[in-house]
Amino acid sequence: MSALANAPFYVTTSGGYLLVLAIILPAVAVLAMLLVPPRHVARIAFAVMAAGLAVALVIVAELVGTGMALAYVVGGWQPPLGLALRADGLSAAMLAMTAVVICATGLFARFHQCLEPETQDGRAATTFWPLLMAIWSALNAIFVGEDLFTLYVALELLTFAAVPLVCLDGRAETIAAALRYLMFALLGSLLYLLGAALLYGVFGALDIHSLSRLDGGAPAVTVALGLMIAGLLAKAALFPLHLWLPPAHAGAPAAASAVLSALVIKAPVFLILRLVLDVAPSSAGPLAGQIFIGQILIGQILAVLGASSILFCSVMAFRQQRLKLMIAYSTVAQIGYLFIVFPLAAGTETLPAWGTIAWTGGALQLVSHALAKAAMFMAAGAVAEAFGHDRISDLGGFGRILPISALAFGLAGLSLMGLPPSGGFIAKCLLLTAAVTGGHPWLAATILAGGLLAGGYVFRIVDRALATPAVELVARRPIPRRLEAVALVLALAAVGVGFVPLQPFGFLQLGRPAVSAMVAP
Amino acid sequence: MNALLDVVLVAGLLALALHVARARDDQGAIVGFIAFGFLLGLGWVRLASIDVALTEAAIGGGVTGLLLLRVEAHTRDSSAPDRTARPITIAAAAVLCIAVTAGLAFVILNLPSPPPTQAPAAAAALDATGLENPVTAVLLAYRALDTLLEKVVLILALVGVWSLAPDHLWGGAPELRPAVVPEPLSYLARVLPPFGVLIAVYMFWVGADAPGGTFQAGTILAAMWLLVMLAGLRAAPDTRRVTLRLLLIVGPAVFLAVGFLGFAMAGGFLAYPAGAAKPIILGIEAALTLSIAVTLGMLVSGPSKRAPTS
Amino acid sequence: MSSISNPATLFGLCGAALVGIGLFTVIVHPGLLRRIVGFNILGAGIFLIFGAVARRGAGAGFEGDPVPQAMVITGIVVAFSATALAVAMLQRLFDLTGRATLEPPAPEGRPGSET
Repeated sequence: MSALANAPFYVTTSGGYLLVLAIILPAVAVLAMLLVPPRHVARIAFAVMAAGLAVALVIVAELVGTGMALAYVVGGWQPPLGLALRADGLSAAMLAMTAVVICATGLFARFHQCLEPETQDGRAATTFWPLLMAIWSALNAIFVGEDLFTLYVALELLTFAAVPLVCLDGRAETIAAALRYLMFALLGSLLYLLGAALLYGVFGALDIHSLSRLDGGAPAVTVALGLMIAGLLAKAALFPLHLWLPPAHAGAPAAASAVLSALVIKAPVFLILRLVLDVAPSSAGPLAGQIFIGQILIGQILAVLGASSILFCSVMAFRQQRLKLMIAYSTVAQIGYLFIVFPLAAGTETLPAWGTIAWTGGALQLVSHALAKAAMFMAAGAVAEAFGHDRISDLGGFGRILPISALAFGLAGLSLMGLPPSGGFIAKCLLLTAAVTGGHPWLAATILAGGLLAGGYVFRIVDRALATPAVELVARRPIPRRLEAVALVLALAAVGVGFVPLQPFGFLQLGRPAVSAMVAP
Repeated sequence: MNALLDVVLVAGLLALALHVARARDDQGAIVGFIAFGFLLGLGWVRLASIDVALTEAAIGGGVTGLLLLRVEAHTRDSSAPDRTARPITIAAAAVLCIAVTAGLAFVILNLPSPPPTQAPAAAAALDATGLENPVTAVLLAYRALDTLLEKVVLILALVGVWSLAPDHLWGGAPELRPAVVPEPLSYLARVLPPFGVLIAVYMFWVGADAPGGTFQAGTILAAMWLLVMLAGLRAAPDTRRVTLRLLLIVGPAVFLAVGFLGFAMAGGFLAYPAGAAKPIILGIEAALTLSIAVTLGMLVSGPSKRAPTS
Repeated sequence: MSSISNPATLFGLCGAALVGIGLFTVIVHPGLLRRIVGFNILGAGIFLIFGAVARRGAGAGFEGDPVPQAMVITGIVVAFSATALAVAMLQRLFDLTGRATLEPPAPEGRPGSET
C-alpha cells in the first residue's frame, strides 16, 4: 500500500456526487417528514425510495463502467483536514443491497399499514418512516465514509434510528428490549470513539487512507483497534455479546425486524472489516513480524467468536417456541459466518485479502443473508398478522392458508442452510473450500455443522407449514397477496444471487489495488 | 501555581466521578455529576479550549443535569434495585476497567513527539473561510458534513423521544411545570431570560472570530426557554404545531440548501463561493442556533403528556 | 515519555481514569439511571483524551489542534441526544411497569418464557 503515488489520494470522480446524494436524500426526507401532516409522510418516503434506489443503481453502473472507485471530496477540503467519501466494489454492493431491502421494506410496511386504516396516520405508523429514512442515510454514510469520526456520527445516527423502531409498539417488554439494545449500542459507540481519539493522537488524522499508510505506533494502534473492534462487536451482537439482539429484533414490528436483522447489524461488521483490512498495519514496515502476528491473532479471536456464534445460536434458534425469536437467533448464527472469514481471507505478499475466495464468500454471505433474513421476517410478519400469534406449535398447516409466505420462508431457508440453488450456497461453498484448502479443518467442520443445524430449524417450520393439524387453523383476517409477495420477491432474490457466482469476483475488487496473482485458493 | 490548580481540578474530578459510581441514592449521584460538569468546564479552560469549556458547562453540566434531575424526581419512588451484581462480576468488571485505564494511560504517556497536528493545515485554510475561530471553521467548513449529520442525529433523537408518548397523547404538549412552582424559580424565570437572550446573541455573533458559536448560543436560549416553561409562565407547545416543526428544521434545512447550492455556485456540495464564505456561514449559524435551542428544549421536555388541542 | 506536570498529559491521564470509572458504573450498577450517568462520565473521559491530544497539537498560532476540539463539541451534542433518548425510554418503562431497572437478561433464551 505504501507504493501509492504522492498526489492526493482522494480526487472527486465524475460520479462522485452520487455518494453525497446517497447520504443526503434520505436525510432531506427526514426533515420534510417533520413538516408535513402524517397522511403525506409515506408519500415522501416513496418518492425518496425511488430516487435512492436509482442513485444506488447508477453508482453500481458507474463503477462497472469506469472500473474505478467513485470518490468525492466534500467541499473541496482535502483529508485529513477535510472529509472524503469513497465507494469501491464492496461499498457499492452494500449500497445496492441496502437500497433493495429498504425499498422492499417500505412496500411491505405500507401494505401492512393499509390493513388498519384507523391507525394509518397514528404515532407508530407515522414515526416509522423518518426512522427508516434515517437508517438508510446512516447506512449509506457508513458504507462510503472515509473518516473514522464521520463513521462515528453515522453509527450514532443508526443507533438513534434503530432503537425507537424496536419499541414502536410501546409495550413494556419492547421498551425494556430497546433500552438494553441502547445500552449495548452506546457502549459500543463510545469504545469506538475512544479508539478513534487514540488513533488521532498517534497519527493526527482519521481518514482511512492516511491511517493505512502510516507505520509505527504499534502498541497504541493495538490498544485503539482492540477498543474499536470490541465496541463494534457489541453492536454486531457477536457471541457472547448477543443477548440484547433476540428480544429486540423479535419484539419489533415485522418491517422493522426485517431492516434491523438484514441491514443494521451489517454496519458494524462492515466497519470491523475496514479496520482490520485497511487500518491495521500491513505487513510492511520495520516491525513487520510483530504486527503481522497481531493481525492474525485478531483474525483468530474473531473466528473463534464467530464459530461459537454459529454453533450456540443455531442450537438456540432450534429450541425457540416463537417464530420471530427463532429467526432472531438465526441472525446471530448467520452473522458468525462473516467473522470466520477473517483468518480464511488472510492475505499474503502476492495475494491480498480481497483476492481470496473467502473474501468473495463473505461478501456473498452478507448480501444473501440480508435478502433472506428480510424475507423471513416479512413472512413471519404475515403469519403473525393472519393468526394473531407466532407460537410455532400452534401454526400447524399455515402453509395451506399462506402458501406464498410459506414458500418465501422455505426459499429464504435454502440460503441460510447453504443448499443449492441460493446465494447462501455459493457463499458457504466458497468459505468451506477456503477452510479446507487453507488448512482450517475446525472451521470447515463448523461451517458444515452450522448448515445442518440451520436445516434443523428451517425444516421444523416447513414441517409445521405442511402439517395437517387436528384442529383446522383459521386465519384471523385475510392477508393481501401483495403483502406476502414482497417477502417472496426478496427470497427469490436471495436464491438469484446464487446464479451470478463469478461476477462478484471482479466487481468486489474494483477500487482496490490490483490483485497480482489471480484467484487461486 | 497553575500546576497545583491542575492537580486540584483532576483530584476533584476523580473524587466526584467515584462519588457518582458509589453514591447510595441517585439524587446524590446526579448532584455530584452536575458539580463534575462544572469542574470539567474549568478543566477545558486549562486545556486552552474555551469553545469546548463553554459547551461542556452549558450542555454537559447544565442541561444534562436538569434532564437527569427531572427523571430522578419522576422515578424516585421506584423500589430500590433488589438485585446487585455478584462479587465475581464486580471483581471481573474492576479488573477489566483497570486494564482499560492502564492501557489508555500507557498510550497517553507514549504519544509521539513531536505531536502530529492539523493546526497548521487549519490555519492555512482559514483565509479561504474569512473566519478567525478555527473551531468554527472545522465545524462549518472543513468538516461541515459531520456537523450536518450531527444535526440530523439531534432531530432524530427528538423523533425517538416523541415516539414514546402513548398513542392518544401523540402530537400533544409535554408538561414541565411542577405541581408547585417554587417562588425563586418563578422570579428567575421573569428576570433571567432577557439577559440570557443577550448573552446568546453575543455568543453567536462573536463565534465566527472568538470562542463561542451556535452550539453555546443555542444551549443558552434553550435554557432560558426551559426556565420559562418550568416556572409555568408559558406552556410547552403541542409537538405537532407547524411553527414548532418549522423552527426545528430551519437550521438543518438552510445548511442543506447551502450545501446543494454549492453544487451550482462553488463547484461542489458544501463548498462555499470564494469571498462569500463568512456571511454564508453566519447565516447557517443563525438558523442553526434557533433550531438547536428548540431541539434541546424539546428534548429536555420529553414526550407529550397532554392530548393535542383541537 | 511525557512529563506528568504538563496539563495535556495530566488531563489525558484523568480522562483515562474517568473512562475506567464510567465503564465500571455502566457494567456493574443495576439502576438504569445510574448507568446513564456512568455513560456520561465515560464520555467525559473520552473527550478529555481528545482534549489532551488537541492541547499537544498546539501550533500555527493556535493553543490547540482545532480538529479534535471540534470533534469534542460534536461529541458532546451527540452524547446529550443519547442521554435524552435513554432518559425518555427509562421514564416510559417506569410509567408502564413501576421499575427503573432491566430484568435479568436470562429468561429470553429459555423456550416458551415469552408470552
